[in-house]
Amino acid sequence: MKPAEYYMRDRTRHAPGLTKDYKTSVPRSPQYALLSLENSLSEITGPTFSQNDIDALDNDLIKNYAHGGDPIGERIIVHGRVLDENGRPVPNTLVEVWQANAGGRYRHKKDTYLAPIDPNFGGCGRTMTDEDGYYFFRTVKPGAYPWRNWVNNWRPAHIHVSIFGVAFAQRLITQLYFEGDPLIKTCPIVQTVPDADAIDQMVAKLDLNATIPLDSIAYRFDIVLRGRRSTMFENRLEGN
Amino acid sequence: MQYLKETPSQTAGPYVHIGLAPKAAGFDIFEQELGWDIAGPNAKGERIRVEGCVYDGTGAPIKDVMLEAWQANTDGHYAHPEDGRGVEDGFRGWGRVITDFETGLWGFDTVKPGATPGRNGTTQAPHINLWIVARGINVGLNTRLYFDDCDNSTDPVLNLVEQVHRRQTLIATRTEDSKGVTYRFDVHIQGKGETVFLDI
Ligand SMILES: [Fe+3]
Repeated sequence: MKPAEYYMRDRTRHAPGLTKDYKTSVPRSPQYALLSLENSLSEITGPTFSQNDIDALDNDLIKNYAHGGDPIGERIIVHGRVLDENGRPVPNTLVEVWQANAGGRYRHKKDTYLAPIDPNFGGCGRTMTDEDGYYFFRTVKPGAYPWRNWVNNWRPAHIHVSIFGVAFAQRLITQLYFEGDPLIKTCPIVQTVPDADAIDQMVAKLDLNATIPLDSIAYRFDIVLRGRRSTMFENRLEGN
Repeated sequence: MQYLKETPSQTAGPYVHIGLAPKAAGFDIFEQELGWDIAGPNAKGERIRVEGCVYDGTGAPIKDVMLEAWQANTDGHYAHPEDGRGVEDGFRGWGRVITDFETGLWGFDTVKPGATPGRNGTTQAPHINLWIVARGINVGLNTRLYFDDCDNSTDPVLNLVEQVHRRQTLIATRTEDSKGVTYRFDVHIQGKGETVFLDI
């Protein structure tokens, strides 16, 4: 394959670094402008993964940490496709997820929220997209939880999602929210994203057709990574 | 023209370790955690350690940060089909780096990369690409680590940094003792000595 560049990241649809209502961003955002870089081999390459990197149960958060029982909570399936901005599927890419349990508590030594740890729920999973860019995992719906920002802030139910794509330039971490959650519009972290359509892109939609009757409800969540030109670099890369 | 648009980035949050480095979060779940061995057992070249700390705008270490490293092998080849020049068996060039939760110090072992092709026939000085995420970072920050004992004078990316003194923020400092070679690379997200971050 000939190297081709990725479309520049559309920063108008992403949160700026400094978002004062999300207080932690204030000291953790660069003050100077980022240096815009045209892609070299360093950016159009990136880590690749195979099925050998993961295990069969990794995408089943109901079972992958079960110790003699199932976790408490609403059983859900999250599924969708990873596409690029040209609408092409991104096959064989690693999708990793982590989340709080149904009570809103994370299994992390730094989380001290009073909701209980669920002995049967770890809260992390991973899967690879198939040849059509399709992925799915099974879990329980996470609970909302409070966090220190203003005195009374609650995160909407969400799942953290990490995606690689095929290039370091496509690397992305986002969060998945659930259709109809009234906390979405009051959350300072969601609202760092300045564009309503872009926020809607992070909201998984109830998908009754994909539910398993009498078992699990389903949500659809498509993920879009940066697309790339179909033409190669103007000059060939040295060594290629 | 109708194109899809990239899904917006969101902060990785304080519990990024649960998903990406669960052992550090305090539990065992996956048979293999990914990203702990960057170069692999057969890697050619000079074995090095890289250490540093990421500081916020107040000068405090960011203890819940996670970095990912992406680098070429000692010949300057990336383990990727679009490089295509090949790497030694087991060389991946990618790793995950988390901090000591008490101090914020991080470190990783790898091999020193070789020079890589740049755009339009140029050559890029040896470097490690870094991607930094944490609570409070809305879009992961990209930067590069260069080496103070390499000739960086013609590197096309360093030379794009208009304020010459800021190029220093991308250059790691070598020390050597009985345990081996260590490069120190501190990242300042904001404020005095702010690291140059890249929009790649
Ligand atoms: Fe969270």
